[in-house]
Order: sequence, then C-alpha cells, then structure tokens
Amino acid sequence: MFPDQFLFGVEVLLNGLMAGVLYALVALGFVLIFKASGIFNYAQGVMALFAALTLVGIMDGQVPFSHLINALFGTDVHHFGWHVPAFAAILLAMAVMVGLAWIVQYFIFRHLVGQEPIILFMATIGLAYFMEGFGDMMWGSEIKKLDVGIPQGGSFWIEEATAFLGGSNFYGFFIDQLDIVAAVVAIILVVLLVAFAQYTKQGRAMRAVADDHQAALSVGISLSFIWVLVWSLAGFVALVAGIMWGAKSGVQFSLSLIALKALPVLMLGGFTSIPGAIVGGLIVGVGEKLFEFLIGAPFLGGATENWFAYMLALVFLVFRPQGLFGEKIIERV
Amino acid sequence: MFDQAESFVTADGRTIGAVMMEMKNITLRFGGVVAIKDISFDVREGEIRAIIGPNGAGKSSMLNVISGFYHPQEGEVWYKGARRPEMKPFEVARQGIARTFQNIALFEGMSVLDNVMTGRLNHMKSGILSQAIWYGKAEREETENRAVVERVIDFLEIQHIRKTPVSRLPYGLKKRVELARALAADPKLLLLDEPMAGMNVEEKEDMSRFILDVNDEFGTTIVLIEHDMGVVMDLSDRVVVMDYGKKIGDGPPDEVRNNQAVIDAYLGVAHD
Repeated sequence: MFPDQFLFGVEVLLNGLMAGVLYALVALGFVLIFKASGIFNYAQGVMALFAALTLVGIMDGQVPFSHLINALFGTDVHHFGWHVPAFAAILLAMAVMVGLAWIVQYFIFRHLVGQEPIILFMATIGLAYFMEGFGDMMWGSEIKKLDVGIPQGGSFWIEEATAFLGGSNFYGFFIDQLDIVAAVVAIILVVLLVAFAQYTKQGRAMRAVADDHQAALSVGISLSFIWVLVWSLAGFVALVAGIMWGAKSGVQFSLSLIALKALPVLMLGGFTSIPGAIVGGLIVGVGEKLFEFLIGAPFLGGATENWFAYMLALVFLVFRPQGLFGEKIIERV
Repeated sequence: MFDQAESFVTADGRTIGAVMMEMKNITLRFGGVVAIKDISFDVREGEIRAIIGPNGAGKSSMLNVISGFYHPQEGEVWYKGARRPEMKPFEVARQGIARTFQNIALFEGMSVLDNVMTGRLNHMKSGILSQAIWYGKAEREETENRAVVERVIDFLEIQHIRKTPVSRLPYGLKKRVELARALAADPKLLLLDEPMAGMNVEEKEDMSRFILDVNDEFGTTIVLIEHDMGVVMDLSDRVVVMDYGKKIGDGPPDEVRNNQAVIDAYLGVAHD
C-alpha cells in the first residue's frame, strides 16, 4: 500500500518523538531551576544519574559506601540482603533527592546569593562532578540493571495493528513499550507541574520568585524555602528521567553525558519555558532521527545523531536567540 | 513630645493611637557613606506618617530599614513594644508590614489578580502536601482569600483589569496594583515609597484619595515617602524631614512647614 521507505520513515519519526520525550524530561529539570533562581544547573544530568543509582541501590538493598566501609574497617559488607519493592524504593529515592536539594541550598547556593551567573554556573559544574564522584563512592561504578516493572520491548499490538499498511512483506511498526510509558509519564508529570505552579500557594510563590525576587520578599515569601522546593522538584524530575533512561539503557555513568543533550533542547525551547522544553525535546528527538534516516545515513556516512542537535541549536542561536518560547529580548534605549 | 502610651487628637481633629513602631538612633552606612545618621522617630497607630527630604536624603534607606531590606549598623527598631531582632524582609512582611517600591516591583508576567493574590500568601496556612492534592482545607482557604482579594480590587477600582497581565498596564495603574497587593496582606503597617512619583495630577489625586480611604476604612497605619510637598501636607498627620541622612524636623505639617531648617534645606531659600 505504501512504499516501505515511507513507512520506515514514519516509524523513525515515532521513535524520534519517544526519544524526544526523554530529552524533554531532562530539559524540564533545567527550566525549573533556571526560572526560579537564574541558576543554569549543569548538574541536572548527574542528578538524574544519582537518582537512578540511589533507586537501584535501595531496591537491591545495597550497603551505601560499602567500599569505603570495607576499606576502613576490614569488613566485607555489600548487601543488606533484602529487596525493597519498587514503589517504596521510589519514595525513598525521592526523599533522598529532597535531602539533596536542602543540602545544595544550605551549603552552596545560600552563600552565593547575588553572585554573577557565571559563578553560579561554575558552582553547578563543581556540584556535578562532586555528585558523580559521590554517587560512585556511595553505590559503586558498575553498570546496573534497573527494573521497576515497566514493560519493555516492542509492542506486538502496535506491530500487528500497523502491519497491513505496507502489504504482505511489511512487519509493522516497532515501538518500544518503555517509550510509550515514558511518554505517558512525561505528559502526566508536565500536567502535574503546571497545575502545581498555577493553583497552589507554593506554586504561586514559586512563580512570584521566578518573576521578581524583591517583590517576592516584600509579600513574605522565603527565597530559601522556594529554592529548596524548586531543587526538590528538579530532583523529582531527575528521578523520573533517571528511571526512564536507566530502564532503557542501564544505570551507568554515561547517563550524565546523554543528559547534556538537554542543552540544545533548551536553546530551541528557551530556558524559561516549560512548554518550550517539551516541544524543544520533541523537535530534537524527531529531528536527529529523521536527519540520520534521510540525509545522515545515505550521504554522510551516518552517526549524525551525535552532533545534529547541537548544529540545530547553533542555527537557532543565530536566528532566534531567545528560543521558540523564550521571553523576547528587547533592549530599551 | 507626647506620652508614648497615650493617644491624642491632631490639629485637624483626628485621633491618633499609641506608639506602634519606634526607630531609636538608627545609623546606616554603606562602606564609607553614611546614608542615615543617628535618626530616631516613632510611628503611632492609625496615623499617616510622612518622611520627606531632598533627593539622596536617605528616605528610601529608612523605609528599607523598616522593611528589613537593609540592616542598620547602629540603633534599634522597636515594633509593638518589643525590640525587633535583625530580620529578613520576608519575616518582616509576616509580621504584618507590607510595602510598595519606588520603582514598582510587581510580578510582570502574572495577571493583576494573581499579583494581588500573592499578597495573601501569608494568610494561607495549609501545608504543602494538602496544597498539592487540593484537599478540603486548601480549597476553602483559596476561596476565602479570593474574597478578600476581590474586595481590595473593588476598593481600588481596578476590576476592569483583573485578568490583564501586569506588563501591559500603564505606569499609574501599576502603582495602584502594587498598592492592592500590599493591602491584600491586611497589613498593620503599610509602607509606601513615593506612591505618586511620576504620576500626572489626576492620578495623584486618585492615589491621595485611596491612601486616605485606606487609612480611614481599615485604620491602617501608613508611612509614606513623598517628594510633592503639597500632597504630603494634605495627607499626613505628622512629618519627619531628612536631609543628608540627618533628621532636621519632626512634627505636624504646619509646624514643619514653618521650621527654618526645613525651609533652608528642603525648599531652598524662601523667595517671597
């Protein structure tokens, strides 16, 4: 019915959308913190990694800092010997992320209020590498399998339902069930975040802080509290992103590098826009898959996925520096 | 001049309450620059207290000391009969002291209604979890606070712009929205930093009327900074005059107007 090439292109597009959802999830964490505090949090990717490591560690009943403990005391402990159910482990991991948000605020950013953005940025780079090393020390550096019960592998239902499109020798679309779950979770997450920001007291305070610090103080909002809240939310988003990435490709340290794909996403979507992060993520996901399929693989020898997003972002920076949804930069003279 | 605990009646027949806030020997320095030099004055319940002075006299700094944005190196702030420890601005706000800013500090991206609602944040007690799931108490609170906000909006006659994003409003209306947000907090003490700066005559008259009405209807104590001498003399019950960080006059408008030091410093040499 349709030429195979076309159908394959559609499948590539769908997979691109799903990959884009994961980029969007990480980008969302960046946007939350940037909006509320003007801090560009380089550590967002590492937070996702740290959250996933913690989740696996808790589920498997791993002893935190076991290498350190064993080296110091000559013991040989590795596991508590219990397994924590996924749901409880996710709640515990979330509690750890809230604790982390509190530590980050009280030990780092409280002392840097009013500093130049570049200094705040450098602080987050320091934080990123500290957390990477700390995560390593706490949970070990080997690649771990994360299984919280999300279905994985191709969806036969979709494959069968679409097989007729291409006639007899077509196998139907291959779409990973995990990607579908990720997309659904991402949509729910965004709806929840927007509802929280729009309709609750703390959400209103959060938006107020994002808009004007001085005015926020004058109506009695504690900036420290809001920043802990925002870092906690970013930690929550990081946990969700970490679960999805981790379930897809195992919990490993390259996760923090994949997360840097969120940078071009932010340049497209704008650093201050939640819908921008979502749309930017989808554009990058679809764009890099389609580019690879249409131009990269046939003409450029492939492997364009590594740099396509950054190229796209560069083009955007030249022609629309505020991104698709960012606030327009107007200089008044 | 008057007994601290006693109320008294002003020249134009208004009754002013006991001392609510007292600034004692406040000195504020920025590096080597002395912004406020050993100033003391008090604010009585229910009065409109003006702080006037030429540019750079330290008026805004004084307001910032009261609202906790600046911390004086020397001196004490007494509020409701107790010495106030050094507080952050949000803690001061939670004590029932609301303020507006000289250069307007509104949440530009939000609607007028949302801006005024932020004034109610300290009156919402329900915790973060019940807020997150919008559980009973949180919803009731939202409705109650919304009612208060609507009253304030009616009072200041800004119903027609309730849903308008603040960034689209003209300057005069922004000033009024800022006043609305401060009023929504139901403050004991309202600090107004040049509420009429940059306004035309008509807008100034409106704002004067609102300030008097607020004081009249809610009994809110008001401390205001203003350049326009005429406005200050009409509005205020008592006036503090500052010049180069020092207090050079304090008293009812008529008395201050005839004070030679004030005439020299503030009005320049008299020309009649």
